[in-house]
Amino acid sequence: MTLLLGSITIGLVLALLALGIFISFRIFSFPDITAEGSFTFGAAITASLIVAGVNPALATLMAFFGGMVAGAATGLIHTRFKINPLLSGILVMTALYSVNLHVMGKSNVPLLSKNTLFTWFEKIAVAISGQDTTVNVLGWSVAARDLWTLLFCLLIIVAFSLLLLWFFRTNIGTAMRATGDNDQMIRALGVNTNGMIIFGLALSNGFIALAGSMLAQLQGFADVQMGIGMMVWGLASVIIGEALISDRSLGMVIAGAVIGSVLFRLLVAIALRWGMNPNDLKLITAAFVFIALVLPGFMKKTKKINLLSHKHA
Amino acid sequence: MLEITHLNKTFNPGTINEVRALQDVNLKIDPGSFVCVLGTNGSGKSTLLNAVAGTFLTDSGRITLNGRDITRWPEHRRASAIGRVFQNPFSGTAPSMSIAENLALAARRGRKRGLSWMLKPSLVNDLKKRVKDLNMGLEDRIDSAIGKLSGGQRQALTLLMSSWLKPDLLLLDEHTAALDPKTAGKVIELTERIVTEGKLTTMMVTHSMQQAVNLGDRIIMMHQGSIRYDFGGEEKKRLKVPDLLALFDELRRKDQIDNGVADLLIANYV
Ligand SMILES: Nc1ncnc2c1ncn2[C@@H]1O[C@H](COP(=O)(O)OP(=O)(O)OP(=O)(O)O)[C@@H](O)[C@H]1O
Ligand SMILES: [Mg+2]
Repeated sequence: MTLLLGSITIGLVLALLALGIFISFRIFSFPDITAEGSFTFGAAITASLIVAGVNPALATLMAFFGGMVAGAATGLIHTRFKINPLLSGILVMTALYSVNLHVMGKSNVPLLSKNTLFTWFEKIAVAISGQDTTVNVLGWSVAARDLWTLLFCLLIIVAFSLLLLWFFRTNIGTAMRATGDNDQMIRALGVNTNGMIIFGLALSNGFIALAGSMLAQLQGFADVQMGIGMMVWGLASVIIGEALISDRSLGMVIAGAVIGSVLFRLLVAIALRWGMNPNDLKLITAAFVFIALVLPGFMKKTKKINLLSHKHA
Repeated sequence: MLEITHLNKTFNPGTINEVRALQDVNLKIDPGSFVCVLGTNGSGKSTLLNAVAGTFLTDSGRITLNGRDITRWPEHRRASAIGRVFQNPFSGTAPSMSIAENLALAARRGRKRGLSWMLKPSLVNDLKKRVKDLNMGLEDRIDSAIGKLSGGQRQALTLLMSSWLKPDLLLLDEHTAALDPKTAGKVIELTERIVTEGKLTTMMVTHSMQQAVNLGDRIIMMHQGSIRYDFGGEEKKRLKVPDLLALFDELRRKDQIDNGVADLLIANYV
């Protein structure tokens, strides 16, 4: 049960990653691999600042800004120098690898015994429900602390999801969605689409860096490798969300990405529990996304074939 | 109002695909004038409209609109003064967004877009009213995706969008060409209404001689990247479809003679 709570908590933290990927991949159809660099960048910034004694909330906020800078760099390279989206992302991601090593000073920064957002949460939790209390959830006894941590994460994700939903309903946010939908049209309506792409990628990578920052604090270390495979991971979450919720309204799509992230993390936890080799994790994630991407087209085709054979019969 | 002087645009210069799409175009349009632009395929009509709208920058020449030199302005900056409807119904609207959202986007054409709520109740009321005025029964569907509508409905809405804030100049590029005759007729009717009511300065590209004769107060005819004929005032009123067809034939004949002369020269000197 503790394992389950832990998985849901991580899934919630990674929902920020899913929201970031949702912005780049679904709003802009921009396969932005900067994500892999900015995820680690967020973790690196927060870990180094916390080790240096900076307030964890401020250290988390700085990760968000760091991610925004990374995303803006990708957007600038793409719009200003007409370099293709994937390559723009690869350039920034590669550059960030060195930057991250510089920020951290070494390839792994432990945060044990340091004050993080989560030690704050735990303190609040202990103040509310005592040191070693356990709570009964569906017949399982779990540490109240774990439950509180989960609730805090849930609160943060709901807050960010609502913030994003609100943003996309403002004048500028609607113009951003239109940029991804029909750039010719929105340019004719006076929007600088290049600026929008830069801003959108900044926002996306801000969210992703925030996910990296919170994951580092949750697991108690930042590692220079932790961003590898994160783009596909985020994509898997978004796709699961879309598969679960057929309603394409904005609020539902955002909720879907969050739910997808938690579910995907749970699936992975269960698979690992059943004895899946952790080394196979990325392989299976990639295969999963591949299948999710080709399946709809494949199904349409078989449907068509069925209809055809029906006619002939 | 709009003044174009010595405008030139060559696509793919210095390659075998070089196209001199605009060659020394000069044009002056008065405020409130409705100009029909005619011309054969590839004569540079769309290129002229795109040059004015800023889709690309021109090679030489000057474009001024309302006394401001906009020659080097990027497209999104010019949009504050220019409303557009494209030939392709898919070009003028954001398909996955709702009718209301599309119109609301147009209600801020060329203006600052900040963090205030987009679909304010007052705006929604206003846009419901204006959609109702279209008489297409769309006022009950303003929350559904615009991509689900027919081409004609989308063009009507794009017209509404382009004129929501009064543009200094309205550019229509064969905006009925993709529609069936009946729908095209409706959209032309709407165009006439919007242009007359708003006293909009308009350039409309069309392949329909009938439209050109019926609408507007001026006809220009383009050929091979430049303006060959320009009729206004009483002269335009007297023009009939057969006159226009005769002019087209004349341009074509001149072409053949030009080509014939070129062949002769090549045969003799090359
Ligand atoms: N972006 C571009 N790149 C290269 N060539 C172009 C481009 N746009 C237009 N052209 C060329 O410029 C010439 C003029 O094209 P334009 O689209 O302006 O013609 P048009 O008068 O609008 O014709 P139609 O009636 O078929 O729409 C054509 O030869 C066309 O191939
Ligand atoms: Mg054209």
